[in-house]
Amino acid sequence: MSASTSWIVLLATCMLCFAIKLVGYYIPEAWLAHPRLQRINALVPISLLGALVIAEGLVDKTRIVLDHRLAGLAVALGLLFARAPFPVVVVGATVTSALVYHFH
Amino acid sequence: MALIRLGQNDRMSNEEAPAPPRETFRDALSVALTVGAYGVAFGAAGVSAGFSVLQTCLFSLFAFTGASQFAAVGVVASGGTALSAIAVATMLSTRNTLYGIQMAPRLRVKGLRRVAAAHITIDESTGVALTQTPRGARAVRRGFWLTGAGCFLFWNIFTLLGAIGAKALGNPATWGLDAAVPAAFLGLLWPRLTDNYLRAVAVSSMVFALLVTPWLPAGLPIIASVLVAFVFGWRER
Repeated sequence: MSASTSWIVLLATCMLCFAIKLVGYYIPEAWLAHPRLQRINALVPISLLGALVIAEGLVDKTRIVLDHRLAGLAVALGLLFARAPFPVVVVGATVTSALVYHFH
Repeated sequence: MALIRLGQNDRMSNEEAPAPPRETFRDALSVALTVGAYGVAFGAAGVSAGFSVLQTCLFSLFAFTGASQFAAVGVVASGGTALSAIAVATMLSTRNTLYGIQMAPRLRVKGLRRVAAAHITIDESTGVALTQTPRGARAVRRGFWLTGAGCFLFWNIFTLLGAIGAKALGNPATWGLDAAVPAAFLGLLWPRLTDNYLRAVAVSSMVFALLVTPWLPAGLPIIASVLVAFVFGWRER
């Protein structure tokens, strides 16, 4: 990643994320009251987070790759089923992935 | 935290509202500390993705919306274009607009206070605020400001610690940090999957993303997964 790319991503993300928050304080409630819009908006984070798990855990550029990250992800899934708190989930995945990376 | 919808009659005026109880402080601070600690994971993810410690900290100071920050650095790390990173992060933050719409009539803020309120309008501040509703309008406002400001403080401190830590560690794969990002997304997704319908949406989105990955440029499968939300959300359940 070039230096300019990182600044562009940083500045644009910061400005757009703030603008999107501020918009909520200016538009009337009725504008987004349509039930279909509410239903879709409630599902968007679930779709995006689901796709992000795949993109970050199983993909390298445009290829599906099963590597040490998948082992980490599997442990994270197990920890979530066991109701572990978020930091434990992330650390569990990290340690597992590092071990597989070194000993595989 | 799920979006909570309340009716008009839940809004009490300032005069008739009782003072916020101690429980409001407790709720706000416990959420702020727990969530703030996730900042370590973001700090590490930012540096592992190739951002500097300063840039990683600026994300937390000025974007201040966890999932979007993870998305922006994650898409860049996995080879996506700047445009897809920005688009995914922005789409993930649109729920904050809905939170703002709900908080505006409860906070009734103007000028700089409105800007500050907007900046700390996130899952946690809105969630704690709305769950204070039975305790009165002042507790709602107190819950919002305390949770938002507390999350902001701890999230930024822990981002710095995570970023410095990751910088000191070096190659992300050596320390398993490249698995921390998908695990963090899974951890953010998990509490939202409160019933089988929502689980079906999540699994369908994941399968969809897997299927289109070989055919689309990096980053676009994430954006395209919004189609799954449209398909599921179009009709009533």
